Amino acid sequence: MMRYALRRFLGAIPTLFVIITLAFFMMRAAPGGPFDSERRLPPEVERNVKAAYNLDKPLAQQYLIYLGKLAQGDLGPSYKNKDFTVTQLIGTGLPVSARLGLTAMALALLLGSFLGICAALRQNKWQDYSVMSVAMLGITIPTFVTAPILTLVFGIYGITLFGHDLSLPVGGWNGGAWRNMILPVIVLALPQTAIVARMMRGSMVEVLRANYIRTARAKGLAVGRIVLSHALRAAALPLVSYLGPALAAILTGSLVVEQIFGLPGIGRYFVQGALNRDYTLVLGVVICYASLIIALNFLADMMVAWLDPRVRLT
Amino acid sequence: MIATGQTLKAVEEVKGRSLWVDARRRLLRNRAAMAGMIILALITLLALLAPFFLPFAYDEINYDIIACAPNWWPAETVCRAPGHIFGTDGVGRDLFVRVLFGARVSLAVGLVATLVSLLIGVLYGATAGYLGGRIDGLMMRIVDVLYSLPFVFFVIILMVIFDRNFILLFVAIGAVEWLTMARIVRGQTLSIKQKEFIEAARAGGVGTPGIITRHIIPNVVGPVMVYVTLTVPGLILTESFLSFLGLGIQEPLTSWGVLISDGADQMETAPWMLLFPALFMAVTLFSFNFIGDGLRDALDPKDR
Repeated sequence: MMRYALRRFLGAIPTLFVIITLAFFMMRAAPGGPFDSERRLPPEVERNVKAAYNLDKPLAQQYLIYLGKLAQGDLGPSYKNKDFTVTQLIGTGLPVSARLGLTAMALALLLGSFLGICAALRQNKWQDYSVMSVAMLGITIPTFVTAPILTLVFGIYGITLFGHDLSLPVGGWNGGAWRNMILPVIVLALPQTAIVARMMRGSMVEVLRANYIRTARAKGLAVGRIVLSHALRAAALPLVSYLGPALAAILTGSLVVEQIFGLPGIGRYFVQGALNRDYTLVLGVVICYASLIIALNFLADMMVAWLDPRVRLT
Repeated sequence: MIATGQTLKAVEEVKGRSLWVDARRRLLRNRAAMAGMIILALITLLALLAPFFLPFAYDEINYDIIACAPNWWPAETVCRAPGHIFGTDGVGRDLFVRVLFGARVSLAVGLVATLVSLLIGVLYGATAGYLGGRIDGLMMRIVDVLYSLPFVFFVIILMVIFDRNFILLFVAIGAVEWLTMARIVRGQTLSIKQKEFIEAARAGGVGTPGIITRHIIPNVVGPVMVYVTLTVPGLILTESFLSFLGLGIQEPLTSWGVLISDGADQMETAPWMLLFPALFMAVTLFSFNFIGDGLRDALDPKDR
């Protein structure tokens, strides 16, 4: 198990390296630079500014300088947000994005698995069909449609139930108050819940047909016990390997959700940065996201190996 | 080898149903998939014929009817625009025409990108699977590395590089979306390459490229077709996502993503501007998914 973990861990390093390299050179291939603006700078000033950020050196040398700084944990200064380093910007945005993403992911996994199991236990009955059609809706309706609709219903019209005002704030972070998180988290979790439910149903249906489940049933175990302690372990395998892609999808979704709800996460830095040619900021965010995804993929691999001993041996 | 294929087919037809006839029968009997196909055909037809039967051009601005509801709109509205069956948008353009033009762009983009990913993925996967051994290991290792890249971020950077040139962009998106295709094709190839007909081809002196293109690829068509129908909606979503972030297609051209984004901004005053594009997109994505599921059931009957 240790050897397997070590091999996987070492395998992640070249991945990260490829990502950094690709992002670095792709960003530079884009026309324009961070200091092009409507008002042209005098040539001497432009030269000095570029020299200060090492932008006058050959590209290969800039790349090596960047890697060197990166090895010391320095992501460099942001070119557009003056007086801030990329580390500071990410430091303020990441907790927001992380809280949002993790809550959404937890919600999607729990709710999705629950719905998927219910559907599998009532295969080809109305419960199954209704869960699966709702899941299909969740997959096909994009985040940027559900977000405004939910905002309209819960935020602007407001809903009153039994005399309680159930309306929710439609935007802003408000220091992370849970009321502000409800709508963004639901919007973010919805498509993933649907995918998880479909996957869980598929694998659960297959597992429930296995012989060892029939044995468990034959010896008189309760259905709940069979599902939780016998079937779930095998049925969860495809889900665990889906964790990495799920995180990637949630991070992608957070670009939209942060924009719609006006949340101070790191997603907005990315789009702004790419448009403004803020090279260091874009690279910083890419590295941050990529490390998260790689770390989760690693964790998922470990969990699969722990759940399924066959994987370790290969 | 073609001759052998024909004889084989003839023998099967005498005996009864071939795999493809069987699959087609199952597909035709799948109501959701058939409904999906009919709806898609209708939307495509409408989108293609839009300029011929509608009295408005997609970029025809009319400042007298800004964000007006269609005549049949049930709720109270500020103004009505008779003759515009989906109402008008923020500068008085006919929304129906714009939704149909958006369909053109969204569908075209989905198809172009899917074709690119199909081409790369199938060739790459079949080559890796057929050659096997160390080359296979290396090629799939590359796929693994690419797999853990956060793709949307690269697509956004590509968008900036191509300066919003739409077709190039989607060629690029297709070029990064081929990974799953490559994996599927490789898996299929591995299971096919031990079969006798491949051995026969090799004994007959067919070279490696010939075996891959003439014998391996035609035999992986089934799973690939299923995956293609599931890729198109994904890519339509990607396009609308980019457009929503303001990185997509530029005015006066439009796509569903742009329309939805505009509609979301004016949702409180003019809900039809969000409703119709969102509805068209959702129905299209639904149809593709149903067709994909139907194809999978038709081609892989053991999962029924």
